Amino acid sequence: MPINVISSGIMTTIQDLGRPGYYHLGIPIGGAMDRLAMRAANLLVGNAEDAAGLEAVFVGPELEFTEDVTVAVCGAELPPKIDGEAQPTWTALAVKKGQVLSFDFLQAGARVYIAISGGINTPPYLGSRATYPIGALGGVDGRAVQPGDTLPLGKPARAAKPGASVPEKLRRLPGGSAELRVLPGLYWHRITEAAQGTFFEDTWKVANEADRMGYRFQGGRPLDFVPREQPFSAGSDPSNITDACYPYGSVQVPSGKEPIVLHRDAVSGGGYFMLGTVISADMDLIGQLQPNTPTQFVKVDMETALAARQDRSAMLNGIREALD
Amino acid sequence: MSRYTFGGDEHVFVEVDEEMSLEAFFTSLAMTNAVREAKIDGVTEICPANASFQIKFDPDKIHPQKLMDMLKEMEASAEKQEAKLNTRIVEVPVYYRDPWTHETLMRFRERHQDPNGTDLEYAAKINGYDSVEAFIEAHHGAPWFVSMVGFVSGLPFLYQMVDRARQIQVPKYLIPRTDTPKQTVGYGGSFSCVYSVRGAGGYQMFGITPMTIFDPLQKTPYLKDFMVFFKPGDIVKWRPIDRDEYESIAADVQAGRFEPRTADVVFSLDDFNADMDGTNAKLMEALYAD
Repeated sequence: MPINVISSGIMTTIQDLGRPGYYHLGIPIGGAMDRLAMRAANLLVGNAEDAAGLEAVFVGPELEFTEDVTVAVCGAELPPKIDGEAQPTWTALAVKKGQVLSFDFLQAGARVYIAISGGINTPPYLGSRATYPIGALGGVDGRAVQPGDTLPLGKPARAAKPGASVPEKLRRLPGGSAELRVLPGLYWHRITEAAQGTFFEDTWKVANEADRMGYRFQGGRPLDFVPREQPFSAGSDPSNITDACYPYGSVQVPSGKEPIVLHRDAVSGGGYFMLGTVISADMDLIGQLQPNTPTQFVKVDMETALAARQDRSAMLNGIREALD
Repeated sequence: MSRYTFGGDEHVFVEVDEEMSLEAFFTSLAMTNAVREAKIDGVTEICPANASFQIKFDPDKIHPQKLMDMLKEMEASAEKQEAKLNTRIVEVPVYYRDPWTHETLMRFRERHQDPNGTDLEYAAKINGYDSVEAFIEAHHGAPWFVSMVGFVSGLPFLYQMVDRARQIQVPKYLIPRTDTPKQTVGYGGSFSCVYSVRGAGGYQMFGITPMTIFDPLQKTPYLKDFMVFFKPGDIVKWRPIDRDEYESIAADVQAGRFEPRTADVVFSLDDFNADMDGTNAKLMEALYAD
């Protein structure tokens, strides 16, 4: 029995853990920007961690259920309501047939993940239900959900336990400012030593152009380039390179002005130099940054990046154990 | 020796050469093929590019440094491989100076180097051609090599198969457009491209093809096996068409009657370098044999 979409918020898309394996053709991995929140929401309602749910940014949708289900809302502090009554986030909520899930105003963070027992059962494309609007792939006809859509549900992997919640210490709540750890590399040598310093010294702010493809930052000093004769094919601007692949999380700075960090719906390649890459442990956090959030880029080495990744895994394992 | 660097804790990025050449492309292709055949546990994405490539991996399964060392070992044998490819040549019809890209380029004129001309007029002028007609002739005269697929869904980057002195070079727009018609044939640096979907873009716009190259629903008969048409190593021959033929092919594509003209060919980089015009002539013979 389906879910009826009454209102859809600003940009609510079906997401799961994405479709690896097609980046060499320009089809990005996609899936939830905040993976940990998506996994936690699925665990709360008894789904496999990679089941499809909804990702809503800033404003929540309004959903009517046509059967009894369990629902969980994780990620940003966007308080859910059932038939108008306030409910906690990071908690398994029992919803009766005919009841309506809606949301209050955003208090912190940027994106919530709504998991429903059984998972959303739209057809998978290339192994995933994740919506990739640029390629009109996945989700509902390759687009964000709209009022009037009906979303089919699958069968839950195991029974949900309404009332269960993720312990406070395992929730990652975004604060008023952010630190993003960056491993320098790629075309790091293209900027001057002074620019290599100011990039990490300056406080940047999240710009309005911040979406699933990438987050743009403003406010730091422009970066100067090491002079060179541009290589054949690279293009005339000193920030240009011969078109190459872009890693997820890579930081490109067109003309040395505004850094862009590529995210889950990244363009797979292009002709701008990159100075390094945000480490995998901090990718989820980017998805929870609102425009204007002051952001410090922090220089780290590979050892630190791998240790941070272990910490994230330990946090996920903690959630798994707490909800087992 | 290529330049090896990490893209965070999940990517190794290898720059074969700073500048584009078919030699650099073939090294990149040989190395990515070797990585694929090696079936290294933990490798999740293998992405060849024009003169570089990128490997995505799971650092929980393989240590980044170990993977980088393995790739370095592969480079020596990849360089010894004969640069030879079993591939196909494809004819792609192009309606140059079409009304749709024209409307779009006029809309974004203030973002262009030459606000008083068209993209084709500008490209012809800076490449030393007397007329747009002569420039268009040069664009479709020789075949093109698909040296990368990406940016967005199945977009091919194509490299002109002529000596460097004859290669067309055009800068990208000063500020990228927020709109580009689907299937626009574009140009930036020394690469042509076909925009697979409508959207943002910075390449100069020369024309449009009626041929679908990306179909997520796979209703197009020639895309029923996979939704993306191009792959690195494909060779492309542009064929100029007029408005009437554009409409007729577009209708055929829509009705599922269109089948692109293709032929299987073997491409040898050594043979090509020894005699470019002769190699290209043979490719044309293969394409138009029947």
